[in-house]
Amino acid sequence: MLMKLPLKNLECLWEEEKLIKIVKRDQPSRAIFFLTPVLAIFLTLVSGGLIFYILGFKPFEALKFFFIVPIADMYGFSELLLKATPLCLIAIGLSFCFKSNNWNIGAEGQLTFGAIVSGGIALLFYDQEGFYILPIVILAGAIGGMLYASIPAILKTYFNTNEILVSLMLVYVSKLILDYLVVGPWSNPEGFNFPETRQFSDSARLPLLVEGLRIHAGIFLALAAVVISWFIFYKTYLGFQMKVSGFSLKTAKYAGYKGKKMIILVFLISGACAGLAGVGEITGPIGQLHREISPDYGFTAIIVAFLGRLNPVGIIFASLVVAITYLGAETAQIFMQIPKYTGQVFQGMILFFLLASDYLLFFKIKFIGSKK
Amino acid sequence: MDINFVGLIITSIMASAVPLILASCGELITERSGVLNLGVEGMMIIGAISGFAIMTVTGSLILAVLGAMLAGVLISTIFAFLTQTLITNHVATGLALTIFGIGISAMIGKNFVGIPGKEFPVLFGSLKDAIPFLSPILFGHSIVFYFAFALPFLTNYFLKKTKIGLILRAVGDSPDSASNQGINVRLVRYLCILYGGAMCGLAGAYLSMIYTPQWIENMTGGRGWIALALVVFSTWNPIKILIGAMIFGGLTIIQFHMQAIGVRIPVQFLTALPYIVTIIVLVVISRDSRKIRLSTPSSLGKSFYKDN
Repeated sequence: MLMKLPLKNLECLWEEEKLIKIVKRDQPSRAIFFLTPVLAIFLTLVSGGLIFYILGFKPFEALKFFFIVPIADMYGFSELLLKATPLCLIAIGLSFCFKSNNWNIGAEGQLTFGAIVSGGIALLFYDQEGFYILPIVILAGAIGGMLYASIPAILKTYFNTNEILVSLMLVYVSKLILDYLVVGPWSNPEGFNFPETRQFSDSARLPLLVEGLRIHAGIFLALAAVVISWFIFYKTYLGFQMKVSGFSLKTAKYAGYKGKKMIILVFLISGACAGLAGVGEITGPIGQLHREISPDYGFTAIIVAFLGRLNPVGIIFASLVVAITYLGAETAQIFMQIPKYTGQVFQGMILFFLLASDYLLFFKIKFIGSKK
Repeated sequence: MDINFVGLIITSIMASAVPLILASCGELITERSGVLNLGVEGMMIIGAISGFAIMTVTGSLILAVLGAMLAGVLISTIFAFLTQTLITNHVATGLALTIFGIGISAMIGKNFVGIPGKEFPVLFGSLKDAIPFLSPILFGHSIVFYFAFALPFLTNYFLKKTKIGLILRAVGDSPDSASNQGINVRLVRYLCILYGGAMCGLAGAYLSMIYTPQWIENMTGGRGWIALALVVFSTWNPIKILIGAMIFGGLTIIQFHMQAIGVRIPVQFLTALPYIVTIIVLVVISRDSRKIRLSTPSSLGKSFYKDN
């Protein structure tokens, strides 16, 4: 009797301690699938406030300058759309790759190369006007992006080469090509040796939507991409094939899908989107080629694609949220001398928290009342 | 050509290979345990700024080197926690780590731009001119330099001859059977990730404290990614990392000498050479898909989850 008592107590204690139990879900929860991005953004804000506090700023004031002040007026809103446009466009393209298990992380390079090709065409017409110029320039950008994306795709399909490393290496190469061109053969002859090309003619520029604001017609390219990709993802056989390959490459092979063809296709699509984003930048706000045509949109779009859950509508929202980090970083630097790299830190944190909260997709945390 | 000059070139190639060897050997251990950490670039840059910052603030070189390694460990803990405990996707988490690392390093580094670095003490400095040709190669380098060239051999020995090395390979090649043998797969992978973080941190510290003793934003400049490519190039064999790193170090050095000699190739093309060669080398190595399949750790990049 005496021996039994403590043992029983121990059992009770053990039962009581198991108040929380982690259980694997039978199926990933669909509601949580779309709720976790919101949770991730919230957690990013909380830890962002914490970082500001550590750096010696008032957290709420800093967050206000980061996330509210930049978009409080019409100009700010236009800037938000301006930054969200390339992010959305590239992320849509990347979602084709990511959905089908292809890790194209070199969208920045495809953007740059698209800008180089289209910029070259635009420079050919620098002293000409005509309605036909802009469509040619845009097309050239898409082709340039596709060409550049086809390199990792072909190497992956025919030479079994890791697409992550190849697409990334090509980013550095594309930036050096651009650098060479704007310093050397394409630099503006009247430009006092500045590393930039001539200004494009007005016919090679995307029309502005509102006079006095920088928001341009490129946004329609992004919206078109959203609609088309939604259609492809959810209404076509190709979309279905991509989904299956994403879940299990073995199943896709067993079902007889033409894997190689699809790999090349998704790379071409995402390259075209990135190339178009490049065109949008140089024929929109920039109007010429120079060294810094993109503040790493191609890399940030990876985060946008994940945050938007590889869903076209989700990507719209995600691109707006992430675009704020660009604007906020600039505003916070001007008003509070907060270093502008905070934007990148925020972007990294969003992705961390998003991935972490995916845990809730597959696991349930059960609260069990203590049994007495 | 003067034989001493050749010796100097070889020395500078070796010096530029050091960060690649360190980071690759660290990543190799991580990958051998079945974890693909694409955050090498991020961990290196964190190591670079931590080392430089600690050196500037405390004045102690030893503290700075250790601090850089610790910073690498800390940042890789995030990756380890996410991929091992929360079972996230390795590729995406590694990318997040790189983006985060570059941002954090630039944020901290803002106050350290333009500050001159310190002279790092060298070993056997007095023997530097003793023997022509050989002396500059063998003597007068930092301790990190010697450590880097010993590391591939140590790693090889560790993986092939020790019991822990065997356990590590078992975890990477077949986590399920390792787990059934009573090995704590998660713990082994945690430790391998943290070790990789420490080596990347050291590689970064070498860049900012010894190779070019100053802090420049984004100063790793893709070396982390080349280190990742080197691991594939080596087919997960540490000794071959040494060869690969020397080739890439050579490419980096050649551009300086080509410019000095006055070869009329645009500087951008020479700078792009290491990246282009990386692609070509990857293609050549990967073409033999059977060889790659046989030497890749079988569970590389796959999450391990044990129901209990």
